[in-house]
Amino acid sequence: MLLRRLIGLLLTLLAVSLLLFLVMNLLPGDPAAVMLGTSARPDTLAAMREAMGLDRPLPVRFVVWLGGVLTGDFGTSITYGTPVAELIRDRAAVTLPLAGLAILLSILIALPLGLVSAARRGRRADAVAGLFAQLGLALPNFWIGLLLVLVFASELHWLPSGGFPGWSAGLGPALSALVLPTVALALPQAAVLTRVTRAALLDTLAEDFVRTARAKGLTRREALLRHALPNAMVPILTILGLQFSFLVAGAVLVENVFDLPGLGRLVYQALLQRDAVVVQGTVLCFTALVVVVNFLVDLAYLRFDPRLRAAS
Amino acid sequence: MQPIRRRRLPTLLAAAFAVLALSTAGAAAKDGVVIAMGIEPAGLDPTIAAPAAIGQVTWQNVFEGLTRIDRDGKVRPQLAEAWDIATDGKTYTFHLRSGVRFHNGVAFDAATAKFTLDRARGEKSTNPQKQFFETIERIEAPDAQTLVLSLKQPTGNLLYWLGWPTAVMLEPSSAEDDRTHPIGTGPFVFDGWRQGVSVDLKRNEAYWDAARRPQLSSATFRFIADAQAQAAAVQSGEVDAVPEFGAPELFASFKDDPRLETVVGDTELKVVAGLNLRKPPLDDVRVRQALMMAIDRQVVIEGAWSGFGTPIGSHYTPNDPGYVDLTGRLAYDPAKARALLAEAGHADGLDLTIKVPQMTYATRSAEVLQALLAEVGVRLTIVPTEFPAKWIDEVFKRHDFDMTIVAHAEPLDIGIYARPDYYFGYRNPQFDRVLGEAEAATDTARRLELYGEAQRMLADDVPALYLFVMPKLGVWKAGLKGLWANEPIPSNDLTEVRWDD
Amino acid sequence: MTALDRVRTPRRRSVPKRLVAGAVLTILLVVLALVSLVWTPQPTSGIRILLKLQPPLSSGLLGTDQLGRDVFSLLMAGAANSFAIAAAAVALGGTLGTVTGLLAAIRGGWTETLTMRGCDVLFAFPPILSAMLLGVVLGPGRPTAVVAIAAFMVPVFARVARASGARILALDYILAARCAGKGAARIAAEHVLPNIAGDLLVQATLQLGLAILAEAGLSFLGLGPTPPAPSWGRMLADARTYVQLAPWLAIAPGAAVALAVLGLNLLGDGLRDRFDPRLRGRT
Repeated sequence: MLLRRLIGLLLTLLAVSLLLFLVMNLLPGDPAAVMLGTSARPDTLAAMREAMGLDRPLPVRFVVWLGGVLTGDFGTSITYGTPVAELIRDRAAVTLPLAGLAILLSILIALPLGLVSAARRGRRADAVAGLFAQLGLALPNFWIGLLLVLVFASELHWLPSGGFPGWSAGLGPALSALVLPTVALALPQAAVLTRVTRAALLDTLAEDFVRTARAKGLTRREALLRHALPNAMVPILTILGLQFSFLVAGAVLVENVFDLPGLGRLVYQALLQRDAVVVQGTVLCFTALVVVVNFLVDLAYLRFDPRLRAAS
Repeated sequence: MQPIRRRRLPTLLAAAFAVLALSTAGAAAKDGVVIAMGIEPAGLDPTIAAPAAIGQVTWQNVFEGLTRIDRDGKVRPQLAEAWDIATDGKTYTFHLRSGVRFHNGVAFDAATAKFTLDRARGEKSTNPQKQFFETIERIEAPDAQTLVLSLKQPTGNLLYWLGWPTAVMLEPSSAEDDRTHPIGTGPFVFDGWRQGVSVDLKRNEAYWDAARRPQLSSATFRFIADAQAQAAAVQSGEVDAVPEFGAPELFASFKDDPRLETVVGDTELKVVAGLNLRKPPLDDVRVRQALMMAIDRQVVIEGAWSGFGTPIGSHYTPNDPGYVDLTGRLAYDPAKARALLAEAGHADGLDLTIKVPQMTYATRSAEVLQALLAEVGVRLTIVPTEFPAKWIDEVFKRHDFDMTIVAHAEPLDIGIYARPDYYFGYRNPQFDRVLGEAEAATDTARRLELYGEAQRMLADDVPALYLFVMPKLGVWKAGLKGLWANEPIPSNDLTEVRWDD
Repeated sequence: MTALDRVRTPRRRSVPKRLVAGAVLTILLVVLALVSLVWTPQPTSGIRILLKLQPPLSSGLLGTDQLGRDVFSLLMAGAANSFAIAAAAVALGGTLGTVTGLLAAIRGGWTETLTMRGCDVLFAFPPILSAMLLGVVLGPGRPTAVVAIAAFMVPVFARVARASGARILALDYILAARCAGKGAARIAAEHVLPNIAGDLLVQATLQLGLAILAEAGLSFLGLGPTPPAPSWGRMLADARTYVQLAPWLAIAPGAAVALAVLGLNLLGDGLRDRFDPRLRGRT
């Protein structure tokens, strides 16, 4: 079961990399022309294509690229002239903390809200949590970003409205540059998670073993925390896994709003410049991340739900 | 819609972070400078790729040329301290400076100069302005301090061209790595590039020109694409200067800030709506003139760039020597435009498409053009065309367009209208002749007169709708001196920049 | 729901409320969108430079933008644009997804494995990236937006259709129908589809909301419909540098997106409660 999933995972990545390579190299627009702009001439274009290694046939380039990727060498950016692996590493140092902080914040918001609204189902607290969830689902994250900038950066001047000073500028400035983007990214996630947590808790509360526990004299709250919550983790994790690819997509938009030099901006810029090597490497990493996270979620299932363990 | 209601928790959180943020503000030392740029350069060697941002970081700071162009657009000696021009205008003898060393210690001499120029005009050259070097027939280095260029024909612009970023002097052993680790002869030494964030330079303590030793000990170019973020960065003191601020609508807000100085200058960026003269209906000069008369340039400038910018009537800017103001030639007159369109057989109106790059100035200008042209019965369809890749492919290479709109960045590039396969498809033997004479003329007055004639021809023939020159909206901390107000060539020359105490 | 719970839980009044609120909000916006096709308070094309950046109420209900156009009129026309793209995307993605999912459910075996794995691949690819690639290939515009949004809906509908379809297919009367010699296509059309229509309708409503969000995001990145067609996302993108000068330009279009999505989500939840009483009040 696990092995099959693992092979499936690798095949998925192979399919994605082939697809990516084909798309990127068949896109209209010539990277050599991009670099030479409006003064390009046939002879300089030809020289540029040769310098970029674009004069070799497609299959050769694919094999060379894939071989490199397998050994950890993602090639050299044709615009920057630096190794793609380095570029990805530098940019991931912005995107991954951003995504991680957003997940953390969304869990910190959603678990308590979900618990409260399950515990006080149908009461006012439930309604308030429900309203939060509905709003969180409806607000575009980049708009939340704009509003946060309007209030906290433009009006109050508390936080930077965008840009990233780099981790070398110190933890303080770097983190404060990530505060608003994290909030913008986390709110919609928190909304989804709140709803799922509440539903999952109510589900498990209705199951026999919880009722048995209640019958043994546990209060509703105790039953909720001790029995329902651990069992509700399965659907919560599923959603976290599924939402991860949305989170990555959201990061692209949010990085754009806040002008953060993350993977999303890297891809966007590389795409405009037809820097195929960079786009291929970055998107492959994105996809690998999503696939691996989902795989880990599958593993976590086994851990949280003994019934599934027996089944496998 | 109510603005965000503040609650206690976020307020506290934000306050905590505000303390963190404040502790770092104003930390910039007084002998260093942080300059914000909107576009990150693609590589750092201006001799192998076109993007202007490359020169804006490295030219005059890291790299120097035989000549240089100063803040007024004038040609000055640099690594060549003097030159003799033969009377036939075809032989240039440069006397090179002695005692100049590259940042890696190698001496600069005639052999390095010959190497650089040969590299730029060679078979494998990817120099974006390779045509500059085509006039050179032979390069000789009779001794270490003398360089002789023999030309195919007299070329009045040669000294000017040699001052461009694309003609800077490189050192043979390090030339291949210049794109990631530039090594020049300039007043600043490359000190690191954090891709996506910044390029760092530090003072060249062994700089050859004692008279022009830089006062700054270091300089950082920060890349901030978003104008909103640029504004915030300069207001919070995170950066010291934004020489080319990206959002004119925000520019006014700096004026009231006593800590900041604002300077509105001119660039060489000519915003023109190119027309495709290869096919109907724009092969008809009456239609083109009608379109020009339907455009109120002031409305375009107001709508696209908040009123900043200078209207132009030809492919020439007020910066350029020999500029003639031709905005009155086909002045805004919608009634006349309608009549002319009717005369050309388009009384029922006309359908045109315009391919528009995603840059703000282009999209906004296109929307204004769309509205203005609608007034005279021209229905303009906007087709967003990704720049540069798609635009170059469709418009520039394949000439598949009716109209388009871009800012031409290169200084004094009126010569593009004489190029046979350029995207406008403008063919006018008389123009080619005038321009050829102008480029060959070594007498300045005669040359400028000829350029004036060329400007008038374009204003009448309208191969493009000439709209406006992009302003250089500079904003920097009060007390920072020496940055260029105008931009006769895309650059950020930091040699004379200093803090005034 | 258990007897135990029922005693403790107060009678739920909020279910019809959600449905009603969602329906009212959605209908209101759809009506505004339809009206905009024939009438808006001010024309949405045409610029009035002298009236640019007027604050709300001083010129029009919501002020004017950087070209002097009436923001409320632009929002109305933007609603038409958003709903049209969202509806087209859901129709396209829903149809393809449903057919794929049903095929998988009926055929089973290799077809099922292959299509569902294909869905996994589609799902693993961050949707915004595929949209950006599509934007490069097709160029920005309505078709790009529709295809890009539909692409990420196919796996969603495929999963719903397969799961619901499999439930129906396991029932005895399908076996009876098979025995009677009915082909797979007929079984799908006559027996399965009508029975899963409710699930699909609920999903479609919820996906409409997501599609409106996605359209706004794509337009924000410049991949949406082209001017002069107004679009909420592009209005937001244009408003970015005007945030300090004219905050209403950034607030109004975002609020419009939020209201539209809120309406559709409430409607979708309400419908789900009606179609699937087991889930009532759970989400």
